[in-house]
Amino acid sequence: MKTFKSGGVHPPENKLSANVPITVLDLPKKVYISVSQHLGVPSNIIVKRGDDVKTGQLLAKSSGFISANIHSSVTGTVAKIEEFPDQSGYKRMTIIIDAKEEEWIDGVDTSPEILRNIDFSKEEIIKRINENGVVGLGGATFPTHIKMMVPEGKRADLLIINGVECEPYLTSDHRLMIEKGEEILIGTAILMKALAVSKAMIGIENNKTDAIEHLSKLAEKFNGISVHALKVKYPQGGEKQLIKALTGREVPSGKLPVETGCVVNNVGTAFAVYEAVQKNKPLIERVVTVTGKAAIKPSNFKVRIGTPISELIEKAGGIHENLGKVISGGPMMGKALSSLEVPVVKGTSGVLLMLQDETNRIKISNCIRCAKCISVCPMGLEPYLLEKLIINEDYEKAEAQKILDCIECGSCHYTCPAGRPLLDYIRLGKSRVSYIVRNRKKI
Amino acid sequence: MNNSILFAVIALSAIGALSAIILYFVAQKFKVIEDPNIDLVAEVLPGANCGGCGFAGCRAFAEKIVKAGDLSGLNCPVGGNNVMTEVAKIMGLQAEEKEPMIAVLRCNGSRENAPIKIKYDGPATCAFSHNLYSGESGCPFGCLGLGDCVVSCNFDALYLDEKTGLPVVVADKCVACGACVKACPRHIFELRFKGKKDRRIFVCCINEEKGAPAKKNCAVACIGCGKCVKACAYDAIELKNNLAYIDFEKCKLCRKCVEECPTNAIHELNFPPRKEKPAPVEIAQATISTSEQTAK
Repeated sequence: MKTFKSGGVHPPENKLSANVPITVLDLPKKVYISVSQHLGVPSNIIVKRGDDVKTGQLLAKSSGFISANIHSSVTGTVAKIEEFPDQSGYKRMTIIIDAKEEEWIDGVDTSPEILRNIDFSKEEIIKRINENGVVGLGGATFPTHIKMMVPEGKRADLLIINGVECEPYLTSDHRLMIEKGEEILIGTAILMKALAVSKAMIGIENNKTDAIEHLSKLAEKFNGISVHALKVKYPQGGEKQLIKALTGREVPSGKLPVETGCVVNNVGTAFAVYEAVQKNKPLIERVVTVTGKAAIKPSNFKVRIGTPISELIEKAGGIHENLGKVISGGPMMGKALSSLEVPVVKGTSGVLLMLQDETNRIKISNCIRCAKCISVCPMGLEPYLLEKLIINEDYEKAEAQKILDCIECGSCHYTCPAGRPLLDYIRLGKSRVSYIVRNRKKI
Repeated sequence: MNNSILFAVIALSAIGALSAIILYFVAQKFKVIEDPNIDLVAEVLPGANCGGCGFAGCRAFAEKIVKAGDLSGLNCPVGGNNVMTEVAKIMGLQAEEKEPMIAVLRCNGSRENAPIKIKYDGPATCAFSHNLYSGESGCPFGCLGLGDCVVSCNFDALYLDEKTGLPVVVADKCVACGACVKACPRHIFELRFKGKKDRRIFVCCINEEKGAPAKKNCAVACIGCGKCVKACAYDAIELKNNLAYIDFEKCKLCRKCVEECPTNAIHELNFPPRKEKPAPVEIAQATISTSEQTAK
């Protein structure tokens, strides 16, 4: 079975909600829609306080090359436009809408019927993806239409659809593949047409055998799409690791995946592309897993963007008495939330509720030079060395040691027997080094 | 036997003498003539190598002084005016009189004023914590209390107060080198005039949020009401982004703004206690109200 060669760990999978079907969450009474929920420049707000908006109406326009449109996820009145804390507690411009009865904007097909024929040209597809604000739903939220525009001089020959979901606990992509398999494949075909490639590979880890079977059967009807089972290993869902696992090609240091001729998109993105192109439906909802040992009813919800996370937790059985931490995302790369009033954004793939006992860190002791972190690093870096260099503020050496290639998967931190906060320091170093590099370019 | 010893001694002496001659000429040829003033100036400087002057160390600073032949813009904050007059004497120049400075922490978000809402158990550095989230109290501008400034201080002039969780500047030891100003990822420290008799007035907050959200996280936040701006007779206070800032060069230490501030965000240091004001107005009002009540 295929997998990437160097590094990787295998944390307990704990896919508690794998067999729970996706339920559509009731419409929220109030939504908080941030204008910076994608990678890149925040969007420009085009509505005012007191405006009536319909579901799917454009709220904020993409304001730069790397930016995305943002649409209203409910029908209602704009109550406030103000700074509201995001998951880190820092404030971002947010549009707060009081919801009323649902009414869609014109031109959106909300019927459940599956549209199989792709009658759009390459340009029209990219235009629709751009207009409907589709971004990468795997977590990095990179605007999808930019991925589709292959830079001049480069050529894409393969589309990879990422159904790996290597993070423990999370099951949103898994459930989507089982319940919306055909739509995902149509979305894949649309992306293939936009990229003008004839081949697409869907990579799925082997702990989701039902999804592999289901998609393989459906894929027989599609030309050029193949489904591949991958050995269970974290961080296989990383773009570079997935390319390596499926094709054996390696993305050069500091370069984009398109350098190897591959374009990677998540299954969630493929589904969003299907809806955006075939049904002209903006990206206003996504599947979010609420799970964890402290979750009373682990579930998968289809949620409108901007719903407060507290509503999701309530629907999943409420707060456990021994709740320690609430994490947005998975346990390996997710971020602890500072407040439960934080809204769901386009990049929220899951909400993980951890018990108090699980959240305690191991006591930090000295590095014993066991080199476990080096053996698990999927990028072939030396995390112990990077940590030391950052503590000593030797940023030039850290740059020479390729600190910027770190994908922040956390395998080193997970495996360290001395409990050293390796990734924390590497993240700090990455921000410092990239700051230095940016300023150097200016001169 | 004897001969061989003698031969060795003579041979080595000859090599030694020859090398000495060569080295002498080489030394003459490549002689570095250094201004003797550099040594003299470097000797007067404190030798702390703190970088407060903006140069790599005291020696580099001395070289710069001698090279420039001019003292404008050059100042050793550690030595202060005394050292600079001595340096000026060596150089035969006139030293600029500089007001002594001190580092000031512009945050009063102690445990009491800004209670902890979020527990943080990551690495104890402010730089990382600042990148990660808004802070234990939720204030995105306030002190994180993890002591990057304390680590950066070469003069033992900072320590973390365990009770409040905030760093404290030891006025006697602080030399205003500016290391903490650079170390703080939130730029909370500022170098301000030390003031006559150590008296200082400053806004002890850098929160740029509007009043309500600022006050939600911290009881003593500046809410940007602008009362102090109106109270100031010297035009020293500026309100920008919902935050008042007192210009220490214009401030005459009259303390009017301190009295006006509704949230106690403006601090006064080392002033004598105020005289208790007779409060005739209040008494008058009280009598009116009681008389009104009796009338009713």
